[in-house]
Amino acid sequence: MKIFVNGEERQTGAATLAALLEEEGFGPAVATAVNESFVAKAARAAIKLQDGDRVEVLSAMQGG
Amino acid sequence: MPVFYGTDIDSALMLGTAQYPSPKILEAAFGASKAGIATVSLRREQGGGGDFRALVAGLGAQILPNTAGCHTVKEAVTTAHMARELFGTGWIKLEVIGHTDSLQPDVFGLVEAARILIADGFQVFPYTTEDLTVCARLVEAGCEVLMPWGAPIGSGRGLMNEYGLRALRAEFPDQALVVDAGIGLPSHAARAMELGFDAVLLNTAVAKAGDPALMAAAMAGAVRAGRAAYLARPMEPRDMAAPSTPVVGRAFL
Repeated sequence: MKIFVNGEERQTGAATLAALLEEEGFGPAVATAVNESFVAKAARAAIKLQDGDRVEVLSAMQGG
Repeated sequence: MPVFYGTDIDSALMLGTAQYPSPKILEAAFGASKAGIATVSLRREQGGGGDFRALVAGLGAQILPNTAGCHTVKEAVTTAHMARELFGTGWIKLEVIGHTDSLQPDVFGLVEAARILIADGFQVFPYTTEDLTVCARLVEAGCEVLMPWGAPIGSGRGLMNEYGLRALRAEFPDQALVVDAGIGLPSHAARAMELGFDAVLLNTAVAKAGDPALMAAAMAGAVRAGRAAYLARPMEPRDMAAPSTPVVGRAFL
């Protein structure tokens, strides 16, 4: 299925958000949202991905 | 020294972590200023996010994540939740931007987002205008800290509405007040502290100085001087001269 990871289109067979993060090689120090809603770390394995989902994977960055 | 949501902070200088020439210079600026709080943000992970988190953990400052760049309540609330998980803190510098060129906050969205986040257990540091009514709404929502701008973010113009900031201090004697944004020079930071503000938050003035660590130290000194001056209760200015040397006993020559 086709999903978007940080705005970029991806083809994936990952069934859950947790599986997708592993497939994409993200480390542990990230926070996630699917379709503009926050998904806590503990909930990632239970979040089933669907075609067209928009996944955001954020990490710590410089800020003012 | 400022107290934010029951936490004592060792310095009234709050420093951003963006725009430094290098991570080493960022560390030098924090080392030279002993800033008490470091602001950080969240952005799309492109490698290096873990490194930066380790760097800020070593700065010796409390971490204050922001919602910079958010233009809607939903974006800001979602970002705050992601920040809480990532940084392990309920503190959030709440920005809901309303105007692209001036980065003026959308105060209507700000109040709404503050209500939602405080109900969710966050400790909100709202980036706001100096409007008394907006600030009253933020306090009603449960904000113990108010962070009015001095001037637009990154402009370095200083305190554009000193009267408004002074009025805010008088209106909210029990809230922690921080001038956030617009500080360009140590004199601006000192002035904010002379007005009785509890802290200042700045970034560009240090990061874009020719010698960021030296400017950071200058800002720290200015903040200390301004705070001491406020506590010392300054004299009232007057229009005419008043001789400081005693007139009595002057020789007839």
